[in-house]
Amino acid sequence: MALRGERVTLAHGGGGRAMRDLIEEIFTSAFAPPGMEDQARLMTDALREPGARLAFTTDGFVVTPMEFPGGDIGKLAICGTVNDLAVGGAKPLWLSAAFVIEEGTEFALLRRIVATMAHEAEAAGVRIVTGDTKVVERGACDGVFITTSGIGVIPASRDMAASHVRAGDVAIVNGVLGDHGATILAARGDLALSSAIESDCAALGHLMEAALTAAPQARAARDLTRGGLASALNEIAEEAGCGIVIEEDALPLRAEVVGMCEILGLDPLYLANEGRLVLFAPEEQAEAALAAMQALPEGKGAAIIGRAVADHAGQVRMRTAFGGTRIVDMLVGEQLPRIC
Amino acid sequence: MKFASEFRDPKLARALLSAIAEKADAIGATREKPVHIMEICGGHTHSIFRYGLDKLIHEGIEFIHGPGCPVCVLPRARVDECIELAERPEVIFTTFGDAMRVPGSKKSLIQAKADGADIRMVYSPLDALELARRNPDREVVFFGLGFETTTPSTALAIQQAAREGLKNFTVFCNHITVPEPIKALLDDPYMMLDGFIGPGHVSMVIGIHPYDFIAQDYGKPIVVAGFEPTDLLQSVLMVLTQIEQGQPRVENQYGRVVPENGNPVSLAAIEDVYEKRPSFEWRGLGEIDASGLRIRPAYRAYDAEEKFGIGYAVGRREVPEVEGCACGQVMTGRIKPTQCPQFGKGCTPETALGALMVSSEGACAAYWQYGGARSAAE
Repeated sequence: MALRGERVTLAHGGGGRAMRDLIEEIFTSAFAPPGMEDQARLMTDALREPGARLAFTTDGFVVTPMEFPGGDIGKLAICGTVNDLAVGGAKPLWLSAAFVIEEGTEFALLRRIVATMAHEAEAAGVRIVTGDTKVVERGACDGVFITTSGIGVIPASRDMAASHVRAGDVAIVNGVLGDHGATILAARGDLALSSAIESDCAALGHLMEAALTAAPQARAARDLTRGGLASALNEIAEEAGCGIVIEEDALPLRAEVVGMCEILGLDPLYLANEGRLVLFAPEEQAEAALAAMQALPEGKGAAIIGRAVADHAGQVRMRTAFGGTRIVDMLVGEQLPRIC
Repeated sequence: MKFASEFRDPKLARALLSAIAEKADAIGATREKPVHIMEICGGHTHSIFRYGLDKLIHEGIEFIHGPGCPVCVLPRARVDECIELAERPEVIFTTFGDAMRVPGSKKSLIQAKADGADIRMVYSPLDALELARRNPDREVVFFGLGFETTTPSTALAIQQAAREGLKNFTVFCNHITVPEPIKALLDDPYMMLDGFIGPGHVSMVIGIHPYDFIAQDYGKPIVVAGFEPTDLLQSVLMVLTQIEQGQPRVENQYGRVVPENGNPVSLAAIEDVYEKRPSFEWRGLGEIDASGLRIRPAYRAYDAEEKFGIGYAVGRREVPEVEGCACGQVMTGRIKPTQCPQFGKGCTPETALGALMVSSEGACAAYWQYGGARSAAE
């Protein structure tokens, strides 16, 4: 244990012994990348298959508070990048992780975040193979910012894209919507709302693999992060050039989340999720995909919520519970709580 | 927590829709000669579109969207004054999220925040009080905004600040009252209103009797309504029944929340802290006598207008509306949002000219967000 004190100082970003101690004691000892140098050299049999392709993605993670019911920023950083790869049909394999750390951050917090990351990576079947740390002055960032990039391999037989969605395809989500967004709102503590809701944060690589085994012709999937289900469906409708209709009755929503949204004037369809996706599959494979999802813990609440249609191209509509119809539009900016 | 599912029961909604259709036919309402019902509150406007009631209801019923969105009726001068307050280096400016995107003559609060003003979104004026306690070397200003629904909570914050003797907390008071603009609309010879859906949450505070004049003096029905789809449908049916009977009165559909005489605790807090301004400017309606509240002299130390020498404390500022922006006409029900020449062209949620397109209770925002406009055009 060469790290002294309880908090990160600017010296830990200075490139000397203190920085090496920070990296070795907190990061590489948890992630155990092979032969740590400034790059990772990677090999996998999956790439030998003729026609296999690489998938590559990157994402930055910033969240207040850094720890919340159901997860922390480290879990988000792993799951977010794994899910970006998974919804493209890739098997996620390797991750990088870059940390921007505010001077004064407690080592104990960093250790907890890193332990979550190591645990989540192992569960998701990915390895953190390279990384970076920077320490910035107090006030220059808010605690810890993490950027993860990920590489995965897409088998030759798979070609998923939003533009492949056709009229008649069925839309399936893997569980209740909006829990993550509602959890973060409640966890910020400025709502005076007590709530038992936990973030839905989860890595979805295994779920996608199971769904695609059951429904090999599935057309496209999206993870429902910022902007929620509504934004993801709008993007798909636009790229596919077809319309989408969802049924209000069929949407899996927790009563607590609906209640919180009612109070704040928010719409759960736009709340962020970190372990939810929507999958479009041809009708004849939809039930199989649904059953495959429901068989896994991260798909327990899976449900068919609607389908792609030939009319109102580019637009998402919802049939309300008593037969009205309304457009579900893209969100403009951030959802802002209302006055009354 | 009790949830609202029973008020969204499709069977009940269908039964109400057919009762409305029967009643509308009985009084001879048609698409060409519709019954005009104004929902005063922006929350009702949004419920109508969110649940698609505009398309489900009998074609002889036309909803007119009233001036009941407190963000929408705020003139640009007041938004400019907010931004000036917020840009003072010593100020932490606190506001409900609704007001962040509303354009002033140069920028909105969200742009001022990006330019460096210390603006914080809060969920209650008590959050602003807490900020004042935690930042004794800064001036915390709360943007007091809204009708009678939010007025008491601002009053309670001011009373609490006074009890604690806080020296760095003030309110930029823009609280307004509902009955006076309704009277202004009824006095307008061009308004062709047949009845009103009364605001539910406002009435929870003031009760139903402040609306007696609508029935007694102007002979129009008014039904105070809840915000769930079946609440609204039942209220429309009650308005039609009053029209059919030729007996206009004030009725309370939202009895589960609205006491006939209001909430005495809230009313006492309002009475203690505020007095009527002689007049207040409304976007689209102009100056309306006794329609706004200011902080009483006893609480002057908590009045941002007095402390910072701004707003009505130094005289009303004239800031013309954006050319081509028809917010005023939409808000008074003279035109539908889609009849505004800028709707969907110069004015979208990203490029809003007026507040109605960005406020969460704005009529234009409802038309845009739920596609009343776009699906009606097909």
